[in-house]
Amino acid sequence: MLDMPPMNPPQEDERRDFQRLREKLAGQQGPAYWRSLGELADTEEFREFVAKEFPRQAAPLENGLDRRDFLKLLGASMALAGLSACARPPLPHEKIVPYVRGPAEVVPGKPLFYATAVTYGGFAEGVLAESHQGRPTKLEGNPDHPASRGATGATTQAEVLALYDPDRSTTVMEGDQERTWDDFVAALGAAVGGLADGQGLAVLTENVTSPTLAAQLQQVLAAVPGASWYQWDPLHPDNEVAGARLAFGADVRPVYDLTRADVVVSLGADFLDRGPGRLAHARDFAQRRRALRADADMNRLYQLESSPSPTGVLADHRVPLRPSEIAAAAAVLAARLGVDAPAAEAPAGLSAALLDAMVADLQGAQGAAVVIAGAEQPPVVHALAAAMNAALGAVGTTVTYVANPAARPAVHVEEIAALTAAMRDGAVGALLVLGANPVYTAPADLGFADALARVPFSAHVGLYRDETALACTWHVPQTHFLETWGDARAYDGTVTITQPLILPFYGGKSHHEVLAALLGDPAATAYDVVRGYWQGRVSGDFEAFWRESVYRGVVAGTAEPPAAVTPAGSVAGPLPQGSDLEVVLTHDHGVLDGRLANNGWMQELPRPISKLTWDNAALMAPRTAERLNVGTGDVVTLTVDGRSVDVPVLVQPGQADGAVTVALGYGRTAGGSVANGVGVDAYPLLATATGHTAPVQVATTGRRYRLVTTQEHHALEGTGEARHIVRSGTLAQFRAEPEHPTFAHPVAHHSEDLYPDFVYEGYKWGMVIDQTVCTGCSACVVACQAENNVPIVGKEQVWRNREMHWLRVDSYYGGSIDDPRFYAQPMPCQHCEKAPCEPVCPVGATVHDSEGLNVMVYNRCVGTRYCSNNCPYKVRRFNYLQYAELDTSATPLSLANNPDVTVRSRGVMEKCTYCTQRISRARIEAANEDRRIRDLEVVTACQAACPTQAIVFGDLNLEGSAVNEMKASPINYTLLDDLQTFPRTSYLAKVTNPNPALEGSA
Amino acid sequence: MPQLYPPSANALVRWSLIGGGVFVVLLVTALTFLARTSNNRVGVPVAQPVDFPHNTHVVDLGLDCRYCHSTVETSNTASVPSTETCMTCHSQIRTNTPQLEPVFASWEADVPIAWNRVHDLPDYTYFDHSVHVNNGVGCSSCHGRVDQMRTAFKTEAMTMGWCLECHRDPATQLRPRSEVFNMEYSHPSRPEVQRAIGEQLIAAYHIDTDRLIQCSTCHR
Repeated sequence: MLDMPPMNPPQEDERRDFQRLREKLAGQQGPAYWRSLGELADTEEFREFVAKEFPRQAAPLENGLDRRDFLKLLGASMALAGLSACARPPLPHEKIVPYVRGPAEVVPGKPLFYATAVTYGGFAEGVLAESHQGRPTKLEGNPDHPASRGATGATTQAEVLALYDPDRSTTVMEGDQERTWDDFVAALGAAVGGLADGQGLAVLTENVTSPTLAAQLQQVLAAVPGASWYQWDPLHPDNEVAGARLAFGADVRPVYDLTRADVVVSLGADFLDRGPGRLAHARDFAQRRRALRADADMNRLYQLESSPSPTGVLADHRVPLRPSEIAAAAAVLAARLGVDAPAAEAPAGLSAALLDAMVADLQGAQGAAVVIAGAEQPPVVHALAAAMNAALGAVGTTVTYVANPAARPAVHVEEIAALTAAMRDGAVGALLVLGANPVYTAPADLGFADALARVPFSAHVGLYRDETALACTWHVPQTHFLETWGDARAYDGTVTITQPLILPFYGGKSHHEVLAALLGDPAATAYDVVRGYWQGRVSGDFEAFWRESVYRGVVAGTAEPPAAVTPAGSVAGPLPQGSDLEVVLTHDHGVLDGRLANNGWMQELPRPISKLTWDNAALMAPRTAERLNVGTGDVVTLTVDGRSVDVPVLVQPGQADGAVTVALGYGRTAGGSVANGVGVDAYPLLATATGHTAPVQVATTGRRYRLVTTQEHHALEGTGEARHIVRSGTLAQFRAEPEHPTFAHPVAHHSEDLYPDFVYEGYKWGMVIDQTVCTGCSACVVACQAENNVPIVGKEQVWRNREMHWLRVDSYYGGSIDDPRFYAQPMPCQHCEKAPCEPVCPVGATVHDSEGLNVMVYNRCVGTRYCSNNCPYKVRRFNYLQYAELDTSATPLSLANNPDVTVRSRGVMEKCTYCTQRISRARIEAANEDRRIRDLEVVTACQAACPTQAIVFGDLNLEGSAVNEMKASPINYTLLDDLQTFPRTSYLAKVTNPNPALEGSA
Repeated sequence: MPQLYPPSANALVRWSLIGGGVFVVLLVTALTFLARTSNNRVGVPVAQPVDFPHNTHVVDLGLDCRYCHSTVETSNTASVPSTETCMTCHSQIRTNTPQLEPVFASWEADVPIAWNRVHDLPDYTYFDHSVHVNNGVGCSSCHGRVDQMRTAFKTEAMTMGWCLECHRDPATQLRPRSEVFNMEYSHPSRPEVQRAIGEQLIAAYHIDTDRLIQCSTCHR
């Protein structure tokens, strides 16, 4: 395989002259859209990306062929070409293996869906898992679940790959010795039974919302003298808990009803993409944001944030601020709203006019307003948000406070500190780690690994033999959530009883089973334990309760009622100390805290906005980079409290000046073959005292590192020119004139055609993507990958522009490079009615079908790549190498494949099919019932996953269909319509709703 | 100067001319033979782990196809029956037959029987049984007179050209739904009668004939 060339030493022209770019943008008329700093600087590299579908081809053969060898090869190829017409000699017969006893509900060839739930930070999001005769292949959202509402996040889609990951641990280990479960049970019993005086058993879990697990833990605490239970979950919103204690003196958490919010102020909260309830927030927020018609009633979002986020993409007013400035802004805003808040000065980035407008807007909304604090913000900001919501009369309308659904709400950083101290003092004789990976994730100042070494018996139960597993004396493989019974609670308290889809694939035990063993019942199954817990707690017909709860994926009536709490009228407490440079440590959009680091889908997913893949980086604003004299790819040393890491810089427009954002979850050393060595471990910067935001020192190293982003890949020609690829405007403009020039750019079409138009008499499929509500979260990209067996290619191949995602989310910027607006534009195949790819195919491998689909016939394709060369939207993907595994027995990952979609081989072109397999399924079902396909009967994978329902698909020939309703909007448009390709995929222009009081300054 | 080519070179040229000709003929013959797509087990009975006689079950005992191939009307696959299906009768009947040993062994040990696939389409072809049998394509149209086979075999090559013969002109092959599972059904001998019936059925079953020849109908 070819390697990427090393990065050049920093050159002056590589350091972008940001001032020149600013002047260039300032000189432009009208709304200026741009794709990257490279485009603005008009670099050679960017021009190549625009001009070629696949730049950075393999270099020509190094020792070029001479004429004689060339003719020899030519002749041989001609002579052997005939062989390809031959049938293969008969292969051995394929086997058909039917059931011995067929389960009544299984119809071979038809998938079944089972309700269960995935948990992040302990909080459940309901899913429906698709099972093909016992093999889970895809996760869809559970419409009945309050935290899913039918949608899924990007990470959820990738969980099915994690299930089959061959790097998962398979055997019980004691040090380097393979052991059995029985050995472990004996050793655990001996260790707990033989605890020395003054030593206790410590159990470390992640955030526990599972009622069953909580009950088991209570039994352990009661049964084992001196036992203690600690929680450490890097995804847990610690500051939210601490903030609630500050504000209410109680363990409550806010539940937002964004359908009732006219005005939303976010204090560093990425509430549409992160944290408990994100999918519900996204669904509700989008419901109040859609602007199909000029009379739409839109909400308004003021987003204060340090780093561009999917939520920031939808902001009407976005204010980039360093973390300490957000806290100061929160205090100033709170004081203006009548809260007794700590004194603070408004940060420079927050203008007096904007502050006035925000205050007026919030107060004018009369309760239909809400302030949301971000997970990384210090507790005082959460307390301020609570006080502001009370002052605004929002409590009971847009926000209710409910008892925290966690079994024992805790500030996890305090817990891990206490545990480490106890271990260091020798007070822990036996440690049981359930699921967590503290050796990798614990705050660096604690020295967790050193303290762990002092514990005589330590056992780790986890999916991987990870950093913590290696540091413990014992390791037990854990079951994936699709392999075990369990229960968990959602952000609002709703309980889901989770059911397994498959027997433990790699062996393994669930937390319930390990705790049952500790309590003396090593033979208990998770089913027994969970069912046993609920059996004692339900009145009436238990079987009916159990069946209904498991079937629905929710236990009825378990949502927490609103708690009767009022926040303290005044918020004391120091605001965080600011600094010129502050680091923000976030969990990564893809690999989270590192738990999905061995998941290739997540590593290769271009991160929202930055489009970075296979790495993390120090995101910096152009001004910060200018000040530090660094550019993208320069490695810098970040130092917090004397602990340093070296991270490559990525200059990110829209980042707050002085904020350096680094994603956690990278630089794994024992994460698996995919995870190890990817990116930089930023956990050394995480300290108990400072948390996720801290003042940081930045020093240059002089080294360079190749970061690979897809931001400039597949760039459409004419982003900045007058082709109006992105269209946007304000609600005021829309109301004034539906055909406002900011939205409408009619192009002259040929009045006459040589041939009559084809008439689509049956179904006529089309799609609309609403940019007004698209956050760019990329759940659709991973959903497409899971549905359509899209392979991953690795960092080096991504650098060569060869990523295989059928659906990409293009990210555009508007306005200045220091405070740009963001535009997310998902790009599937446009399914042009007059598709430029079709006439150039010499073998008819890409053709139109009678329903308007531009179909790709793999078995005809010979790989000339003429089609992709002729595609103006650059949506075609070519298998340069054998990316997909064709031998289904070679890797268990093949089990995640969708059996309804062909696995493509090397040399074949592929692209979005509008999920033709789902259309086929619906068409056959409709034909069998002798009817037409109903509206919304075919839901594409991207559409199903979308948290904001930005993607709508359907039959254009069906009157009143959802897709037709969208297409009738005056702001519906097709991309590059001057080419007259007549795409079936169209877009709704992005409508924003900035405060009219700030007209001109926005 | 010595001769550049000795006299024997003439013979070499002659022989290579003849040899070359023979080589080309052999090559063409070999390629033609290999390229015969019907060279794919048509008419060759496929041995199975259980010596299952279709003829006994269908003709002598009068079992309907759907007794064993139970999902043919609802799913893409007609499905091969589970051991349990065999055992519904064979737990009572012919319990001492050595031919049935593998079935009993499977039942006792809970280990499935691995049957050999007789009709194997390429992986990029997605055939659906239900939509065919629900729209007037008879079992015997593709599978032949399975009721008369002792050990099942393919009666058609099942090439794409063969599929398209019907997909391009379904009127020649359709029969009323009531006759789909009738193995003895014979199409009217006069083509124009069959065509008239076929066209009536296309209208009655709402078959979109345009759709049948689209790539995306069978390939995904």
